[in-house]
Amino acid sequence: MDSGVEQTRDLPVQQITIETDTRDILARETRYRREKGFTDWTIVDVDAHHSEMSSWREVVEYLDDPILKHYAQEFQSRTGGAPGLSNHMPGLRYQDAGGRIPHQQQMAEAVADDSVHRDVTLVRRSMDALGLDMQVLFPGNLLQLGTHPQPRVEAHLALAYNRWVCERILPHDDRIKTLLYLPITEPDTSLEIIREFGENPSVLGFMVTSVRFKPVHHNSYIPIYRELDERGLPLAFHAGPTWADEWSKQLDLFISMHSISFVLCNMVHLTNWIVHGMQERFPNMPVMWIESGVAWLAFMMQRLDSEYMMRPSEAPLLKKLPSDYMREMYYTTQPIETANMGLTEETFKAVNADTQLLYASDWPHWDFNPPSTIYDLPFLDEQAKKNILGENACRLFNLDLKKKQTA
Amino acid sequence: MAEIYVGREADFEDRGRKVIAHGDLEIGVFFIDGGFYAYENRCVHQGGPICQGRILNRVIEKIADDKTSHGLAWSDEDVHIVCPWHGYEFNLKTGIHPGNKNARIRPFETRVADGEVYVIV
Repeated sequence: MDSGVEQTRDLPVQQITIETDTRDILARETRYRREKGFTDWTIVDVDAHHSEMSSWREVVEYLDDPILKHYAQEFQSRTGGAPGLSNHMPGLRYQDAGGRIPHQQQMAEAVADDSVHRDVTLVRRSMDALGLDMQVLFPGNLLQLGTHPQPRVEAHLALAYNRWVCERILPHDDRIKTLLYLPITEPDTSLEIIREFGENPSVLGFMVTSVRFKPVHHNSYIPIYRELDERGLPLAFHAGPTWADEWSKQLDLFISMHSISFVLCNMVHLTNWIVHGMQERFPNMPVMWIESGVAWLAFMMQRLDSEYMMRPSEAPLLKKLPSDYMREMYYTTQPIETANMGLTEETFKAVNADTQLLYASDWPHWDFNPPSTIYDLPFLDEQAKKNILGENACRLFNLDLKKKQTA
Repeated sequence: MAEIYVGREADFEDRGRKVIAHGDLEIGVFFIDGGFYAYENRCVHQGGPICQGRILNRVIEKIADDKTSHGLAWSDEDVHIVCPWHGYEFNLKTGIHPGNKNARIRPFETRVADGEVYVIV
């Protein structure tokens, strides 16, 4: 007999925890993509992360220096603090908002497949759930390595991590790529890394962590840029947080520190990059700015253009306005600011978003953006959405992606 | 309008929940301070599974009469649901964000009859 009451089913996951499968956490995005009908679009995620600290015992085995390796191995048995030799900042534990955002806290889901490294499986799950054709993978805590008090340790750890990720993670799925860490404070090691990995098919280019306190146009770094320019390889500046400079020390909450420091580092480096004519000097090296969002770009264009018009003698290498140089560089979209959509639209216009913006998820971090954040932008036409979600990255990295069907 | 069955009233503990699907529509039903509250399992931010997040009391800041701050505390009254994707929080009795009254998750009417809980969709 029809009771008039319609039937329901219980969701298999009632509460998302650190043990929930990535595909269940992201199930709503998977479904949304099907509903909206963009499952056949090419989507390239230019910034995502894995937790290299979870594999730190493996990473330190790749250290060349026997004494540093000894220290790193010894530190493994110490309780508390960061894994040996890293300069992980305890304050960043706030990222998961006190356990409110479980995927940032820990990814403790079950993985039965032991034929590949656990991280490969986790990345594959996120790619499948988000509908990605390719993902550019970065480390997590190592993004703070640019402030390590021992530059030599930064260089050795960078080299060890690069060798580890290129051997243990990247070769196991050709959809997973990276922009490899360059410890630019040690130019010789950076050059060694470019020469060792510059033609690795998993390496799309190289990356400098933006949390560092030496100007990026310094003459000692020029050989690094020259090498990349000669090879036509992209260089990315990946933003990060810090609570250790005099400005951020005044910001006593994570929300405040994160809001400012993740942008400030790239504002400083981008200013130096433009004013010192780096694009005139290295015209064949595409430059990308990662994880500072997009809202800062309109401010930088206005500010630098205004100042340059009054003080051209201080930037004699420039042949056009700073904003013109900015429109030649690339920017990842995450964490996209959309609280005022009108401002977002104007910013997109200002930077020629159709050709210069690159979608990034930042998964599994707390402020990640699924592809639907770009798809849903009300002021973009369909081609612009396709460009930002994948086609700009295909052009930048010379990718020939045939869209797989995952629907 | 349709009425969908959620479960037995006695199966809900205080601050308990049940997240159900009715076709493509997912709904979280919460039992808070003796009352049932239901919302679509879709965050207004980026569509995250809001009803599958943690339930935590609202955080308040203690401001003395002289306007000085004396730290943070849990609210005794306001219970929040937190989106597990990005941390958006909403009052479970109103569905409204604590700092933006225009940010509100979609509510549904609930009905309890003969110890059984229903949602009107």
